[in-house]
Amino acid sequence: MMKELRLMKGNEALAEAAIRAGADAYFGYPITPQSEVIEYLMAENPVERTGMVVLQAESEVAAINMVYGAAGCGKKAMTSSSSPGISLKMEGISYLAGAELPCLIVNVVRGGPGLGTIQPSQSDYFQAVKGGGHGDYKMIVLAPATVQESVDYVKLGFDLAFKYRTPVMILSDGIIGQMMEKVDLFEQVPRSTEEPEWATVGKKPGRDHVVVTSLQLQSEEQEKVNLRLQAKYREIEKNEVRYETYETEDAEYLFAAFGSAARITRKAMEMARAKGIKVGLIRPQTLFPFPVEAINKLAGQVKGILTVEMNAGQMVEDVKLATCGKTKVEHFGRFGGMIPSPEEILNALEQKIIGG
Amino acid sequence: MSENLIKPENLVYKKTEVLTDRVLHYCPGCGHGTAHRMLAEVIDELGIQGDTIGVAPVGCSVLAYYYFNVDMTEAAHGRAPAVATGIKRVFPEKYVFTYQGDGDLAAIGTAETIHACNRGENILIVFINNGIYGMTGGQMAPTTLPGMKSSTSPRGRDVATMGNPLKITELLAQLPGTYFVTRQSVHTPANARKAKRALKKAMEYQKLNKGTCLVEIVSNCSSGWKMTPVQANKWMEENMFPFYPLGDIKVPQE
Repeated sequence: MMKELRLMKGNEALAEAAIRAGADAYFGYPITPQSEVIEYLMAENPVERTGMVVLQAESEVAAINMVYGAAGCGKKAMTSSSSPGISLKMEGISYLAGAELPCLIVNVVRGGPGLGTIQPSQSDYFQAVKGGGHGDYKMIVLAPATVQESVDYVKLGFDLAFKYRTPVMILSDGIIGQMMEKVDLFEQVPRSTEEPEWATVGKKPGRDHVVVTSLQLQSEEQEKVNLRLQAKYREIEKNEVRYETYETEDAEYLFAAFGSAARITRKAMEMARAKGIKVGLIRPQTLFPFPVEAINKLAGQVKGILTVEMNAGQMVEDVKLATCGKTKVEHFGRFGGMIPSPEEILNALEQKIIGG
Repeated sequence: MSENLIKPENLVYKKTEVLTDRVLHYCPGCGHGTAHRMLAEVIDELGIQGDTIGVAPVGCSVLAYYYFNVDMTEAAHGRAPAVATGIKRVFPEKYVFTYQGDGDLAAIGTAETIHACNRGENILIVFINNGIYGMTGGQMAPTTLPGMKSSTSPRGRDVATMGNPLKITELLAQLPGTYFVTRQSVHTPANARKAKRALKKAMEYQKLNKGTCLVEIVSNCSSGWKMTPVQANKWMEENMFPFYPLGDIKVPQE
C-alpha cells in the first residue's frame, strides 16, 4: 500500500494504520466507542494483505493474554478497547510490563466510573499514566489530538514498544475515535522477519531455552528486575518526551491540555487572545514521559496555569508537580461524557487564574 | 570401578534432553515430575524440541519452565489457553502446549479454557487434576470431591454451600472444537506409559489442525491431602478414579 490521503473515521484510520505499521496480530473484544477498530480489521481481512492475524477474543482478559503470547514470540501484537475493557486488561498489562514485552494497547476513553457512559472522556489518565495494574511499572502513553496523530502514533507506538521492550498505550477518546478527518496514511511497513533473542520462537541448538516470565521468587532477584525497569523508565523520560506549544513566547497565562481537550482549549486561547489576554497552550503528546522540564520553564514565565481536562482533575497533579510551586495551577474540567465549550474554558481562565 | 561401567552398551536409561538438569521443586511422591517426564520424552521422540513452545500456569507447576528445555512463557493465573492462542496464531507451524492445574484451568481460567477449546485452537492442553490447590497450601479446588477436606473446606466440601466438583473434561469433550480428550494417570509405570501414549497422540494430532487436544492427568497431592505418597496414591485410586474415571472421553472419528 502506497502513501494515501483519505477522509476516515478515527477508529478505522487507526485500524488501517495497524495493518500498514506491519502489525502481526490484533486481538480484541467489541466495546463502544471503539468497535470500529475490530470491525474494520475483520472487513479488511489483513491476513490476505500482509499476513496479519485478527481474532475476536471471548473477553478483554483473553485478548490481552493473546497479545502477551504473541508479543512473547517477538511479534508486533496489539489490542484496543475502551475504559471498562481496559480495566479488565490491566492484569495482562502488568504482566507484559513485568516480562518486558513490547505491545500496543489503544484506549478510546469513555466516561466512568463503572459502566459509566459511552460518550468521550479523559478520565483514564491516572490509570494509563500512574500504572493501573499492580506493581511498579509504567507504560509509554501517547495522547493523540487528531485522527492523523492516531495513525502516526500506531507506527511510533510499535517503534517505541520494541525499542524499550515495553507496553505502549495510545490514550485516545470517543471524540477522536468517532470523528472523521483528513488523514495522510503512511506507506506499508513490511512485517518483520526478525527473531529477537528474548522471544519464544522455538529453542535453537546451542542456545539456552527462552523463558518469558515476570516471576522471580527471590526478592533479591525481583528487586533487580525492578531496578532494570526503573532504569528503562528514566531512559524513556530522557529520550521520549513529546509536546507542542502554541503562542507561549509572550504568554502571561498558560493552558495545559491533551488530546481532544487541547483542541477545544486552542479555540479558547484564540478567543482570549482576541480579547487581549496573552495566553498560550502546552499540549503534552506523551503523558508518560511527561513534559516536566517544559512546564517547569513556562511556570517561571506565566502568572498562572489552567489545566483543561475531560475529567475531575488528573493531569493537573502532574502539572503541579512539574511547576514546583513556581506559579498557581488550577483545573477546569467537564466529565462523565460532557465536553467543555471554548466559552466555558475562557470563563474558567478569567475566574480561576486571572481574577482568582 | 564405576567408570568402567559407563559404556554405551551398558546404557539402559538416559534422561531426555527436553528436561533440564534443574532439581525439581515438587514434593516427594508428587505426580508432576512423572507427567513432566512423559511429556518431555514425547517431545524428544517426535524430534520437535526446536518447534515446541510451552505455556506454564500459576500453581505448583508455575516453574515448569525451569524444567522443560523448550522455549516457554509463564502465563497469568488461568490465562494459559489465551496465551497459547496468541502463540499458535502467530506461529501456526509450531507445537504449542499448556500445562495447567485444576484451579488454573477449571476455576479462574474457565472462560479461557472453554473458549480456546470451542475455537478448536490447535494446541495441547495438559491438565493436572489433583483436586486441591497445592501451591497456596491445600485450599479447595473446583475439582475437590464432595466431603473432601481442604484448608478452605475444613469440615469437608459441602456441595450445598460450596458447589459441586466440576467435571470440566467431560464438559470440554462436548465442544465441537475439541478433537481428542482423554483422562489418564501417572501413578504406576503402566499408567505412566499409557499417559505417555496419549500425550504422543495428542501432540501428533496437532499437525492435523483438527482442534484442541486435552489430556487430563488425575494426580495426587500428598502434602495437600496430608498423606504419605503411598497413602495418597491409594486414596486417589479409591476416591478420585471413581469420580474421574480414567480412559478416552472423545476420540477422533477416523
